[in-house]
Amino acid sequence: MILFLEQLLNGLQYGAMLFMLASGLTLIFGIMGVINLTHGSLYMVGAYCGAFAVAHTGSFLAGIGAGVLGAAVYGIMIELAVIRSLYRRDHLYQVLATFGLILFTNEAVSLLFGRRPPLMNIPTMLVGSVPVAPGLDYPVIRLAFIAAGMMVAIGLWLLVNRTRLGMLIRAGADDREMVDALGVDIRRIYTIVFGLGAALCGLAGIMAAPLLAIEIGMGEKILITTFVVIVVGGVGSVRGALAGALLVGMADSLGRAYLPQVMQMLLPPSTAETLSAGLISASIYLLMAVVLLIKPLGLIPVRHA
Amino acid sequence: MSRLRPSVLLLTALLLLLASFPMWQSFVTSPATIGLLTRIFIYAIAAVSLDLIMGYGAMVSFGHAMFFGLGGYVVAIINYHTFEGGTLLGWSGSNAAVVVWPTAVLCCGMLGLISGYLALRTSGVQFIMITLAFAQLVFFLLVSLQSYGGDDGLMMSRRNVLPLVDVARPETLYYVSLAMLALWTVLCTLIVKSRFGLVLQALRQSQRRVVNVGVAPMPYRLTAFVISAMGTGLAGVLWANHAKFVTPDMVAWTKSGEFIAIVVMGGLGTLIGPILGAAIFICLEQVLSIWTEHWMIIMGPVLVLIALFGQRGIVGALMRARYAE
Repeated sequence: MILFLEQLLNGLQYGAMLFMLASGLTLIFGIMGVINLTHGSLYMVGAYCGAFAVAHTGSFLAGIGAGVLGAAVYGIMIELAVIRSLYRRDHLYQVLATFGLILFTNEAVSLLFGRRPPLMNIPTMLVGSVPVAPGLDYPVIRLAFIAAGMMVAIGLWLLVNRTRLGMLIRAGADDREMVDALGVDIRRIYTIVFGLGAALCGLAGIMAAPLLAIEIGMGEKILITTFVVIVVGGVGSVRGALAGALLVGMADSLGRAYLPQVMQMLLPPSTAETLSAGLISASIYLLMAVVLLIKPLGLIPVRHA
Repeated sequence: MSRLRPSVLLLTALLLLLASFPMWQSFVTSPATIGLLTRIFIYAIAAVSLDLIMGYGAMVSFGHAMFFGLGGYVVAIINYHTFEGGTLLGWSGSNAAVVVWPTAVLCCGMLGLISGYLALRTSGVQFIMITLAFAQLVFFLLVSLQSYGGDDGLMMSRRNVLPLVDVARPETLYYVSLAMLALWTVLCTLIVKSRFGLVLQALRQSQRRVVNVGVAPMPYRLTAFVISAMGTGLAGVLWANHAKFVTPDMVAWTKSGEFIAIVVMGGLGTLIGPILGAAIFICLEQVLSIWTEHWMIIMGPVLVLIALFGQRGIVGALMRARYAE
């Protein structure tokens, strides 16, 4: 029971991180129609910038600021230089261009920050664990992660549904020409949305930095998982991203905990060990295949007028 | 047909030139060039296969490396059981290419059938992502196969044996790859020009109209996908024999990205273009990686520029120039 609760919290924490990445990615796709493979690179840029700031100032808050700002600035640079020209192009060219940007960003980051991955300790205010249930102490940093994810979800909901900018974003997703004709600079809104998505990537990157390894290529691993999340949830829908993130987070952490035990009951130990290792990594892709079989547009598809 | 004649002549000349290459290469170049060209041919087979579905069927597969990797792994695994590991499900294995190669290609066809059936239930961005996810699935399964090397990959103690020719010599493998590339390109050209190919292209232009004429899209798309998978698998088979070594990296998603880049660079929907694309891509990679260890920092922007400005690819641009005359 304790193990189950702990895995549930782990799944929630992983889901929170995935949501930070997936919400931006799904907004960018839903509104601009762009497949943005560089999303993972922005996460990496955020982690590196944040770790750099923490190493030089010693303050985790400065790290968060640097990570968010660094990713947002790089994201806006990319949008202005490349992505802007791709809005009306075939997905194929978007994939190719953003694939090229990944190669570039990976090399550029390793040239700027060096090949040796920076280390980041858990900030002092988030060290240690607190009891969340009788017999279960849970690390504060992971709880902070869950809280941050919840704040992002609420903030995004308020932004999209309760502000003027959110109204323009929704309108732009529905009918770009009409918004343009009403005298709104839709290109600026696109840049803002892209920057916002990038900033969320940066936040996820710096939050994940003390928990996961910071390295070149960390973005691609998470990118593909993020794509699974938005495809499972329904491409273009923020609510779908939330559902997908939680589902994938839970599937991953519960699979990690229980799959080896189940396999050991069914198979001889040596086979079970290797097979379950492969199955754990593959489980979210299987989940996606199953979801797409039943609902080809994802769990919560975007409603079209 | 008269419009085609110059290109046919050009192709024949190129074919002859390439076929005679091992005879004059020793005067002008190093033996390493044979390896380089063999690599180009192998990549070109994969790229032509991808062009068949991407250029003619508008199916952007971001997971084609899974067929490349599977083809290679089937060859290497059979090889491993034949020479070292004992029987494979009761079969003592074989080293004859006439047995192993079709087996590998058929396995890729099966994988293409399953993944294609599931992926083709979707379209657009979902199709791109689900093909990518299937490739990742294959990637992680290969990594977890500890008995076949896992992360480190699997060495092949020797190449498969072809009747009449000795593939152990690099020159022979060069010829075999070239012949395979030529045959495969001709076959794909015939497919594209057949009724089947025309339906495929009609589906690319307007699925609604085709459906209204009374044609179900799925069988056509799926067949094309499976053919493409088998072609890419063939490339993987040749790669395993060329490198005598397979790793899960053959299925890495960057490999799928490279295949897409090669096709777009050479010219989408031209079949000849991807061959040229493969040559340019691999030569560029070779030159840049000799020049600097950080060659990606140049390759990345090159790909961006191709995506932004080179929509038709090299062959596409050439063809347009000729039609404009």
